Amino acid sequence: MNILVITEPAAAGDAKWNPASFETLAAAQQIAAQTQSRLAAAVVGKGVRALAEELAAYQLAEVLLVEHELLARYTPDGFTLALAQAVAQAKPDLVLLPHTYQVRDFAPKLAASLGKGMIGDCVGYRYENGRLIFVRQMFQGKTAADVTFSGAAPWFASFQAGAFRGDQAARGASSSSGEKGAPITPIKVDLKPEQIRTTPLELFREAKQAVDLTQAPILVAIGRGIKAPENIPMAEKLAKLMGGELAASRPICDEGWLPMDRQIGSSGQTVSPKLYLALGISGAIQHVVGMKGSRTIVAINKDPNAPIFEVADYGIVGDIFELIPALTEALEKK
Amino acid sequence: MKIAVCIKQVPAKDAPLRIAADGIWIRETDIGFEMNEPDSFALEEALRLKEKHGGEVVALSMGPERSKQTIKEALAKGADRGIHVADDKFFLLDPLGSAKSIAAALRKESFDLILTGLQSDDHGFGQTGVLLAELLGLPHATIIMQIDVQGARMKLKRELEAGWFQWVELPLPAVLTIQSGINKVRYATLKGIMAAKKKEIVTIPRESLGVAHEPTERVERIYVPQKTKKTEFIAGTPKEAAAALLEKLRHEARVLS
Repeated sequence: MNILVITEPAAAGDAKWNPASFETLAAAQQIAAQTQSRLAAAVVGKGVRALAEELAAYQLAEVLLVEHELLARYTPDGFTLALAQAVAQAKPDLVLLPHTYQVRDFAPKLAASLGKGMIGDCVGYRYENGRLIFVRQMFQGKTAADVTFSGAAPWFASFQAGAFRGDQAARGASSSSGEKGAPITPIKVDLKPEQIRTTPLELFREAKQAVDLTQAPILVAIGRGIKAPENIPMAEKLAKLMGGELAASRPICDEGWLPMDRQIGSSGQTVSPKLYLALGISGAIQHVVGMKGSRTIVAINKDPNAPIFEVADYGIVGDIFELIPALTEALEKK
Repeated sequence: MKIAVCIKQVPAKDAPLRIAADGIWIRETDIGFEMNEPDSFALEEALRLKEKHGGEVVALSMGPERSKQTIKEALAKGADRGIHVADDKFFLLDPLGSAKSIAAALRKESFDLILTGLQSDDHGFGQTGVLLAELLGLPHATIIMQIDVQGARMKLKRELEAGWFQWVELPLPAVLTIQSGINKVRYATLKGIMAAKKKEIVTIPRESLGVAHEPTERVERIYVPQKTKKTEFIAGTPKEAAAALLEKLRHEARVLS
């Protein structure tokens, strides 16, 4: 098989890369080794040769450099048209992408423009009897699903952030020993300004964040189970007694009960404190990706089947409105 | 403005899910269903745009007979009419097959704006909006947090990762997927519920749309995920469980002083 990984330069901020690029690269290397496939990686943009050179140091057969004036800023039309041409030239059987916000925006369109499908947001894969089976979650993480491709290649799949470890992406030739990295092949793409219907304008952040949850050693996080904003102070008091900060899953911030900078998950902060106490959080995947790296995870939920227990070290099946006061009282006694 | 909003009916959030005998869907007996929450934000946004700019909101849902209840809820909140694309086996469709069916129904009219939620809480493929745009030849933008319609164009606030946002401009007509939390969703009023009874829901059997599609992917089986971590469950009264948990956090995990 020919496998192509589409990497993603960072959309904003100081970082060079969206780190999920290397997680997908690590997954792709593993799949390539198991399926005895040839692996290439593509960089898309304008003025991204330096990034292609950085990629060339990884264990890859080839790096595709897809550059064009009209790719300087991301647009779904520009990226779809350019990558459709890159796919036509490189002829991959399997195209792997990191499941970033940008990939969600263009990859289904890219696949559909070629009459193909995409299996998005995979958390893993299995290679069984010569078949690749992609594993993703359904019903908000309450079930997993095995999904396979039907019909002819190319097939498109994306891997969820955190599903693989980026630091396990294998490097190839080292430049210090004078060896050459993977060859870089420029891909010529034809784009016209009138084909791009989106006008991208400025990037910005909201008002400066008041609290940096990534630095907190202990986080007490609340979810839908907290039921009403009047109940938040008791969780806040517990957080304070434990020496931690209060955090929340997305619905709480959507309701405006806590500011957005308290939100943990794919659209909020990614944290890895030494202790994460999840109160009344069901454990939808969008939340879990933001906290599963925590050292010790405690979940308290009335539903014994809540997906949050899958990542918890300690679990209590019970009513948070009984357990928050019980924990508070025990901590106050000390 | 003529706005279509695509809404899906999904199992209620607290519904205990059991896997059906076919191994690829859930047992639908004895569980409640509700409007997919991300779609409720798209519906609310459509209603607000209509209130500001005038026009019509059409709520479309694909699924079995029960989906009509979700269309009725949209009508009660203020949508003007409904389209039900009827298919009892909608869950066998891959994302592209679903989108082709919905696109075929939408193509019967001409909408200025098509809104969807970000993803569904059942399959969760999160592709429908983007695929509709491609199939209908329209521009799109996803994960939208603000819509300002300015004549034949829109200025949109897109959410990016890690706290970043971007303004983008798009011409109408277009497809947008709406980020959850963009607005505060209204409740249906009694007056709205009464008014909804007189509103029209057109049912289109999916097979009548003549969609030719070879599935591109297939869900082979769904199952309860294997735990990656061994969870130690702590039992007892709230007081006992609290004490036991703190003991373990202090002396076993050593993460609390």
